Amino acid sequence: MSAGQPPLDSPETRRLTPVLGPGHTFGSVTDKISSIVLTRPTSFGWYMGFLIAFGLTGLLTIAIAWLFTKGTGIWGINIPIGWGFAIVNFVWWIGIGHAGTLISAILFLLNQKWRTSINRFAEAMTLFAVACAGIFPLIHTGRPWMAFYMFPYPSTMGVWPQFRSPLIWDVFAVSTYGTVSLIFWFVGLIPDLATLRDHAVKKPAQIIYGMLSMGWRGSARHWHRYQSAYLLLAGLATPLVLSVHTVVSFDFAIAIVPGWHTTIFPPYFVAGAIYSGFAMVLTIAIPLRKAYGLEDFITMRHLDNMAKVMLATGLIVAYGYFFEMFLSLYSGNKFDVFLVEQRLHGPYAPFYYALILCNILLPQTLWSHTLRHNVAFLFFMSIVVNVGMWLERFVIVVISLTRDFVPSAWGRYWPTFWDWATFIGTIGMFVTLLFLFVRVLPAISIAEMRELVAETSEDKK
Amino acid sequence: MAQIFHRSTNFIARFSVFSFIFIMGFAVLAVLEAARSPYMTRQNITREQPVQFSHKHHVGDDGIDCRYCHTTVEISAVAGIPPTKTCMNCHSVLFSNAGYLDPVRESYRTDTSIKWVKVHRLADFVYFNHSIHVNKGVGCTTCHGPIDQMPLVFQASTLLMQWCVDCHRNPAPNLRPMDKVFAMDWQPGADQEELGQQFMKEREIRTAAELTSCSTCHR
Repeated sequence: MSAGQPPLDSPETRRLTPVLGPGHTFGSVTDKISSIVLTRPTSFGWYMGFLIAFGLTGLLTIAIAWLFTKGTGIWGINIPIGWGFAIVNFVWWIGIGHAGTLISAILFLLNQKWRTSINRFAEAMTLFAVACAGIFPLIHTGRPWMAFYMFPYPSTMGVWPQFRSPLIWDVFAVSTYGTVSLIFWFVGLIPDLATLRDHAVKKPAQIIYGMLSMGWRGSARHWHRYQSAYLLLAGLATPLVLSVHTVVSFDFAIAIVPGWHTTIFPPYFVAGAIYSGFAMVLTIAIPLRKAYGLEDFITMRHLDNMAKVMLATGLIVAYGYFFEMFLSLYSGNKFDVFLVEQRLHGPYAPFYYALILCNILLPQTLWSHTLRHNVAFLFFMSIVVNVGMWLERFVIVVISLTRDFVPSAWGRYWPTFWDWATFIGTIGMFVTLLFLFVRVLPAISIAEMRELVAETSEDKK
Repeated sequence: MAQIFHRSTNFIARFSVFSFIFIMGFAVLAVLEAARSPYMTRQNITREQPVQFSHKHHVGDDGIDCRYCHTTVEISAVAGIPPTKTCMNCHSVLFSNAGYLDPVRESYRTDTSIKWVKVHRLADFVYFNHSIHVNKGVGCTTCHGPIDQMPLVFQASTLLMQWCVDCHRNPAPNLRPMDKVFAMDWQPGADQEELGQQFMKEREIRTAAELTSCSTCHR
């Protein structure tokens, strides 16, 4: 190599090595990942997990069918609190999706090598989370069959959507986000699908992967264009991550409700999205590497880095909580001050304290190097943060609505069975899709892992 | 190893990519077009009525004024369908034995209404007012078509909201002299553009913003 090559024990080399277990070649990486899809027998655990998740998806179907039959009144929402679980879960799922794009796009632009072995399933997680999120804006409307009115098309009524409503921006944000994520994910998959096509033994698999890989031959010209396209998509997806959750935060920040009308929402929602998203990536990565023996690819370094990102974004979120409260008190506005009182002493105060515990206090343990390297603990923390971020959305949506300007319009919101069934059903759908994904597509990018092998071995020469 | 795909799949691949855009484009156009088609709007379709009442005969041949039967069109939101008594004004002596008038005489004798089939059906969330249109100089045929030539009434306009709104945004081309509102043969002249603007001022017709605000129709 040229004179610019770093020496053997350079920090660059040391930085790269732990991203991949020692002794891997192009062949071993390819075999390891493609065997999950092609040769390994489908395990009993996979069938059991899939069946349970699919059963919960059935619950979702029943919940939605009953909702369409009876109307949104089967939920716990009422007149002061028109937004309940549907919006809480929507924001939660959209937030979860954001880490996938962060890993695949932003870390790519920042040239972070450790993204390589987690980006594929993180992107899949994004897609499935967006699919779950996308259900809620549709079904939380009273007349979901009219939802197409939210798209700007030349209607027979001569009317168009109101482009000043953040709920219309949501339609554009989420549909664009879903589409770009899908394309980004698929473009990344093309070389890997070609690998699967070439490794498949059975004719149907060859044909299916062959069609999906669209004749990829891996020539220099292919790779040149592929990399330009990938870079461009990463550049496009990055502003999307920031804007999509900003738009979601506008749903609240645009309103005049105390506790919603806050200018800190856009960045603080985005930070929260990445926070919960990384928690979900950890929740998926830890069982995945265990079940399929991927410890060489998803190393402790990955888990450590993800925990660090969680800690960093968790601190931004903590800053958000602090300043939200500080500015409410500093404003001197009696409704804002009252909101603080409501959070601390109102009927939903336990939710707020649980939120502080899950999102601020417990994650501080991630400062410890030892705890960050304890896989079981990390898994526990990732669940804690997922719960905490769900509570955050519950606190924002529900507490602000239950007690606002007019005391005669104070109310309570408690979810019904159908609220829970819909929420748990979307979790089932998410897991179902993940199980299918792990079974039929490479969960780790083979082509990029090979690049990683090349880079690490070149450094060692 | 044998090739997976035969050479012929080159054509299929190219064709499917190329045609996808066209198929999707046509599908969208087809849906948009279907929503405006007579199949959906029920435009230009005559409906079977309990009595074969012919506007062509009564208006076109006999020259009866619209308001003889549709009495409330100038004063009420509803133009009104004439009661059996209006029919019997003439038909107690005219064609008093004709078979196709049996339902009318039956209605008169038993004091039960004739069940006319409504051709211009608006949804209940649209509050259409006839009198305001007639009093601002919108003629019958502008919306209902050449009624004097219809043996059985059909819906001449689409009645889509787009159609209503088009005129509310720009009423001038459809405004007539007040004495021509019930004229069946009125056609806009060469000076309609000028006249329309003049009528707009004279009759104090409101701005497009006021005429197309939601509460104009959806009260």
